[in-house]
Amino acid sequence: MKWISLIPVVGVGVLLLFAAQDFPEWGDPQSPASQSPVASHFINNTGVDTEVPNMVTAVLADYRGFDTMFETVVVFIAGIAVLAILKGSGGRRRGTRRAYEVEAEPDIIVTHTVRLMVPVIQIFAFYVLAHGHVSPGGGFQGGVVMGASFILVALAWDLDHALVRMSLPRCMAIAAAGIIIYAGIGFLSMFLGGEFLDYAELEKVLPVSREMARYHAMLGVEIGVGFTVTSIMFALYANLSTEGRLKGGL
Amino acid sequence: MFEDGAIINELLIERLNYIIYVVLLLIGLHAMISKQNLIKKLIGMSIFQTAIILFYVSIAVKDNATIPIYKTEHDPHGDAAKAAVLDSNRSGEETKAFYAPVMLKPEETQQYSNPLPHVLMLTAIVVGVATLGLALALCLRIQQGYGTVEEDELLVKIERSDARYSQSPLAKAKNRRRTQSRNTRKPRTSVKSTKSIGKSAKPLESRDSTKTKKTTSKSNLSQPKKKPASTSRKPRSSSSKVEGSKPTTPKAPAKKASEKTRAPKKKGAE
Amino acid sequence: MGLELFNTFILLLLVVTALAALRVRDLITAAAVLGVYSFLMCLLWAEMGAVDVAFTEATVGAGISTVVLVATIFNLKRKSND
Repeated sequence: MKWISLIPVVGVGVLLLFAAQDFPEWGDPQSPASQSPVASHFINNTGVDTEVPNMVTAVLADYRGFDTMFETVVVFIAGIAVLAILKGSGGRRRGTRRAYEVEAEPDIIVTHTVRLMVPVIQIFAFYVLAHGHVSPGGGFQGGVVMGASFILVALAWDLDHALVRMSLPRCMAIAAAGIIIYAGIGFLSMFLGGEFLDYAELEKVLPVSREMARYHAMLGVEIGVGFTVTSIMFALYANLSTEGRLKGGL
Repeated sequence: MFEDGAIINELLIERLNYIIYVVLLLIGLHAMISKQNLIKKLIGMSIFQTAIILFYVSIAVKDNATIPIYKTEHDPHGDAAKAAVLDSNRSGEETKAFYAPVMLKPEETQQYSNPLPHVLMLTAIVVGVATLGLALALCLRIQQGYGTVEEDELLVKIERSDARYSQSPLAKAKNRRRTQSRNTRKPRTSVKSTKSIGKSAKPLESRDSTKTKKTTSKSNLSQPKKKPASTSRKPRSSSSKVEGSKPTTPKAPAKKASEKTRAPKKKGAE
Repeated sequence: MGLELFNTFILLLLVVTALAALRVRDLITAAAVLGVYSFLMCLLWAEMGAVDVAFTEATVGAGISTVVLVATIFNLKRKSND
C-alpha cells in the first residue's frame, strides 16, 4: 500500500530534475544570485556602515535583526512548548526501560576528564560569541556550545548534578532575559529617536561614533541570543531525557 | 556522451549539487510518507531540511571566491582604513572615528561569496532543531499515551478507542443533549485500557489507575461542579474516568472505589 | 580538479548515509548515522565557503540534534519494525 506513495514522490523528482537543467552552472560568477544588487550592497557596504569584518554576522544581527529576534523567540517558544507538553505527565517507570537499564556509578575516568574539559569549553563558548564579528561564530554557535557544556556535565554524572547548577526555573528566566535584552536594545534605539533596532542612534548614550555604536550593539544583541539558546538547549535535553520528571534520565 | 552540451554532461558534471539535492529531497519525503516508525519519520524530516539548506548554500558559491569575511586589505579595522582616517584628518575634517573604511569597488566584490543565503540558512538550521525538539516531545507523549510509536499499531488503537467511545452511554447522552453533532474529541486516557497486545496487564493497570487518579484530582481541583457544565473539559475527564476504568475492572476487580460505582453500567454496556 | 573530486565523493557519500540512516532497524544506530550525515554536510559546506553555516550545523545538527534524539529513544523501544 505504501508503494503507491512512490509515484508522486518520483513525479516530483522528475519535475525538479527538469527544473535543475535550467539552473546556472554551479559556481558561476555571472549567475543571477551572485549578481543580485542586494548581495552586492551587503558586500560593499558592511565595512562602511558597521565596521564589522564578518559580513554574515553583520547582516544577521544588524541589517536583518528583526528576523533574528523572532528566530530567538521561536527557540524560546519551542522550549516552553516542550515544557508544557511533558511536564507532569511522567507517571511511573515504563516497562520498556527495564530491559537495559543498569544502575551505574559515574565512571572515574569520565568524570575527571569532563571536570577538566568543561571550563575550557565554556571559555571557548564565550570566545566564539564575542569573536563572532571577525571570525565565523556569533550568538547561536556560542550559545549552543555553552548549552552543550551543561549537557556534558549531565551525561558524565547524572542529571541532578547539572540541575543543581542550572535548574529549570533559572533556565527559563535566563531565556526570557535573553529576549528582553534583544528587544530592549531595539526599544532603546527607538526611545533615542531612531527606528526600532536602528543601532546607530545608540551613539547618544555611548561615547563612540555611529558605526561603532552599531558594532557594539551587535555584540549586545548576540549576547541576548546566546542566553536564550543556551538555556533552551539544556532545558530541551533535560525534559526529553526524563519525560518531564527530571529524575533519572540518561 | 560526455561532450559539452549533452544532457549527461549538463546534468551530472556541472550541476551535480542540484541533482544530489533532489535525490536527498526525495529520500526525505518518501521516508516521511512511508515509514511506520515515528522516529524514522523525524529522521526523514531532518534529511529533508538539510537537503534544502544544501540547495541554498550551493546557490551562493562563486568560482575563485573566498569566504564572506573581509580580507586584510579591505578590513575595516586594518591599516588601510587607518591610513584613510589620517588622510581625511590632514585635509581638515575632524571625525570621531578612528578608522575610515571605504566602499568596495565592483571587481573587489567578486572575490567574496554571496553572504545572503548563509544568513537565511543560519535561521533555518536553528528553527529546524527547535522543531525537532518539539516533535520528539510529541513522540514521547504519544508513547506515554498509547504505548507504541509504530504507525500501524497506533491506527488500530485509535480506531478501537473511537469505536469504544461511540458505544458508551455517556457519548450517547451527549449526542442527544447537543444540538450540533460535533463530537470528535476523544478522551485522553481511554486508549490505555485497550492495550492487551503483547504486554502484561498488571503494570498497565497500576499506571492506568494513577493516571485516572491524576485526572480526577485535577478535575476536582479546577472545578467542583461536574456534570451539567457541558463544556469540553469536565465531561471529557469524567468520561475518561469511565473509559479508563471500564475494561480493567474485569481483570482486577478491586482497584478503586470510584470505579465500583460505574461497574454495573459498564457490564451492561459490554 | 582535486576539489571537485572531493566534492563529488562527499555528495555521493551523503546519499549513502541518508539511505543507511533510514534502513537500519536499531533506532540508536539510526541516530548515530544521522550524526554522520550532519557532519558530512558540515564538511561540504565548509569546503563551499559557507563557514558560518558549517559551524552552526556542526554544533546544532551533529551535536544537539543527535544527543536529543538519543535521549528520546532512551525512553522508547529501541527496535523499530521497519
